[in-house]
Amino acid sequence: MTDSKKDYQKILASVQKPVKGEAGKTGTWSNFKPIIDLEKCIPAKSGKATCFNCWLYCPEAVVTRTIPPKIDLDYCKGCGICMEECPVNAITMEEVKTE
Amino acid sequence: MVNVMDVREEEFINPGTRMCSGCAMALIYRIALKALGPKTIITVPASCLTVLHGMQGFCTTKVSVLHTPFATTGASASGIVASLEEKGLADEICVVAFAGDGGTADIGIQALSGAVERGTNFIYACYDNEAYMNTGVQRSGSTPLGAFTATTPGGKIRPKKNMPKILEAHGIPYVATANGSYPLDLYEKFQKAREIKGSKYIHILSACPPGWGYDPKDTIKLGKLANDTGFWPLYEIINGKLIISKDSKKYLDPSKRKPIQDYFKAQKRFNNISQDEIEVYRRNIDDLWNDFKRRLESQ
Amino acid sequence: MTQTEIADKEKNIKILTGNYAAAHAYMQSRVGVISAYPITPQSPVVEKISEFIRDGKLKAKFLLVESEHSAAAACCAASATGSRVGTATSAHGLMLMYEMLPWASGTRLPIVINLATRSCGAPWSIWDDHSDFIAARDVGWIQFMCEDNQEIYDTNFQAFKIAEDPRVYVPTIVAYDGYLLSHTLMPVQLENQENIDAFLPPLKHHINLSDISQIKGVGPVTTPNIIKREEGTAPGYYEFRYALQKALENSIDVIKEVHDEFAEKFGRSYGNGLFKTYKTEDADTIIFAMGSVSAQTRTVIEKLRADGLKIGLVTLRLFRPFPVKYLRDFFKGKKNIVIFDRAIGYGYEGVLCYELKAALYGLQDPPFIKGFIVGLGGRDVKGEHIIEGVHRALELSKKGEITYETEFLGLKLDELDFLD
Repeated sequence: MTDSKKDYQKILASVQKPVKGEAGKTGTWSNFKPIIDLEKCIPAKSGKATCFNCWLYCPEAVVTRTIPPKIDLDYCKGCGICMEECPVNAITMEEVKTE
Repeated sequence: MVNVMDVREEEFINPGTRMCSGCAMALIYRIALKALGPKTIITVPASCLTVLHGMQGFCTTKVSVLHTPFATTGASASGIVASLEEKGLADEICVVAFAGDGGTADIGIQALSGAVERGTNFIYACYDNEAYMNTGVQRSGSTPLGAFTATTPGGKIRPKKNMPKILEAHGIPYVATANGSYPLDLYEKFQKAREIKGSKYIHILSACPPGWGYDPKDTIKLGKLANDTGFWPLYEIINGKLIISKDSKKYLDPSKRKPIQDYFKAQKRFNNISQDEIEVYRRNIDDLWNDFKRRLESQ
Repeated sequence: MTQTEIADKEKNIKILTGNYAAAHAYMQSRVGVISAYPITPQSPVVEKISEFIRDGKLKAKFLLVESEHSAAAACCAASATGSRVGTATSAHGLMLMYEMLPWASGTRLPIVINLATRSCGAPWSIWDDHSDFIAARDVGWIQFMCEDNQEIYDTNFQAFKIAEDPRVYVPTIVAYDGYLLSHTLMPVQLENQENIDAFLPPLKHHINLSDISQIKGVGPVTTPNIIKREEGTAPGYYEFRYALQKALENSIDVIKEVHDEFAEKFGRSYGNGLFKTYKTEDADTIIFAMGSVSAQTRTVIEKLRADGLKIGLVTLRLFRPFPVKYLRDFFKGKKNIVIFDRAIGYGYEGVLCYELKAALYGLQDPPFIKGFIVGLGGRDVKGEHIIEGVHRALELSKKGEITYETEFLGLKLDELDFLD
């Protein structure tokens, strides 16, 4: 057992530093994942920086505001909000087999 | 009005939080932090947001956060602001208290009232999921009439406490309501609040899939129904002047509002709401909007 | 010291109440944030500090909050943002702060509370006893009890220095008897600011939220176990509380060191910094007490000695951490200990009494110990009560009789007509 005076002096307040995946790979929470149909997706189709509802409404910050938008499936919890909020129904929730 | 490309692209919450799938609060907090930017210190009482921040050692957010006991949010913010003022950093760093409805309308109301009465230069944001969701859905002062919770199994018999009105009565420069389903409006309100000196209060309706009883994918729809039925209007009161926000303005015309039952039917917590209670809601919503109308005409 | 130096020093003697002595100490400690709520008998501390700030003598932010709960919460927040922080309270005020006391110690925030002691209701009483002080015992704070106004002034500087020591980082209570000290005028030697600054340098905190380049979360949910990730490991609740206990145990060395440095710099000492002794060299019987009870006892020691008793007094200064080792060394070989307590552990006995009994556990030929309750709710503690207690204790000691009933001295049950 390490019990020297110096050791305990390093343990002060419970302090956090930022990490990704604090709760682990939350992508494992659901087998259903959003798949974007780039034929329909407005920015993908038009090449213009517009719409991005999937990015805006994502509670988990797993969608990028890029053309086309990309979804980090490692962390996506599969809530389906992006599917609901896509104005052109470009997103479908599909079962993705994970190991 | 900001558009989607005006919203800061940088994220201040790392993916992989402990929040439930489809949590509106996670979205609200994400958008609010974008509006606030990196020069921000947050203080958070016991709530779902504590859990969002993560356990010991590692957090999800990229701004500093002081966790504080349930009843203390307003006082905690005052303490941070006082220390920043002592150091001459108060103009540079924005202090934001972020609490749930229990921490705001119930156990924390005294500290909140004290903090804004003192004119503390901070933003107090209440994300209102209308019950103690973090402890397993018990009723709060902000739970609406007729809603089922674990402690109101027969439906709540008292209406929701009107916190924005209470805060307005303190004579603070900025009071606003917001809704997780209107992130651009929310973003703009946080940006605006950040620029105003003094105490700012933003009360945000936050849909909760497990607590309200609906599919996580419908979070945005639920919030929109709350707006479309006239139940949760979006507005600002800037130095006493009422401004109905763009997304709610049309509901000054009662014929544009959807029936309140549409909102109730979309969630299980209102399964047993009575016809009498629905009548109370209709009346209250009419009264609320009639008050707005009179006020807009007189100012 | 030269004649001019002595004359300079004398100019700095002020007649102050205990509360004002505390306020002066806060000012000279250059406290950055104060957050307090008025309560009798502490309120003059808050009022005096407000005057110091108005007059520009103290450049602190004073948060006039709406309750002691908020006062303590604001203190914790300001301390975590990197400021030197102090507050003052009494009785129900401390009770309302209670939730924040383990929060402050658990976050290792070096906050100082000046506590003008007062009894806790019901029934209402604004008068003195130590029940508020005792109630803050098990939450991980360092606790001092002062005996006069000079000690209040001096102990405050030591309290900040101890609390802020990187080997310690533990919040500290400086207590003194309500009214008996808080409102009583006594000469207090004030020290030059320069010398105070040299003794008490600015706070170097382990947490500073105002430095936003260092992103951190402070005080999150902390689980029963440690957390291991590729980014590193984080202690569990158990490790944090272990570290707090170690910091308190080992703070005794720092407390003595700081006391000795103060004594050397300013020429005033308080026993060994942990407890004070009076006429104990040849004594076989020792009275053990703290605060005002000790002050009262001093006045009758001479009389008891004139009656032929070899008796002395030990005044406890440091209540937490309880200086067990030093007390055991001191009491080894003593015959009798008579304890006068101004607070009870209800359902057991006087608090100092059971604390000392536990501390002396296992001593060979342990002293006979008898405790009495005195002065609850401001009932006068008279010399005659102390004398009565000493004689009763020595009588029991002679017979070797252990009693199990808590005895109150100065009760007036016989004057209540409805008890006839």
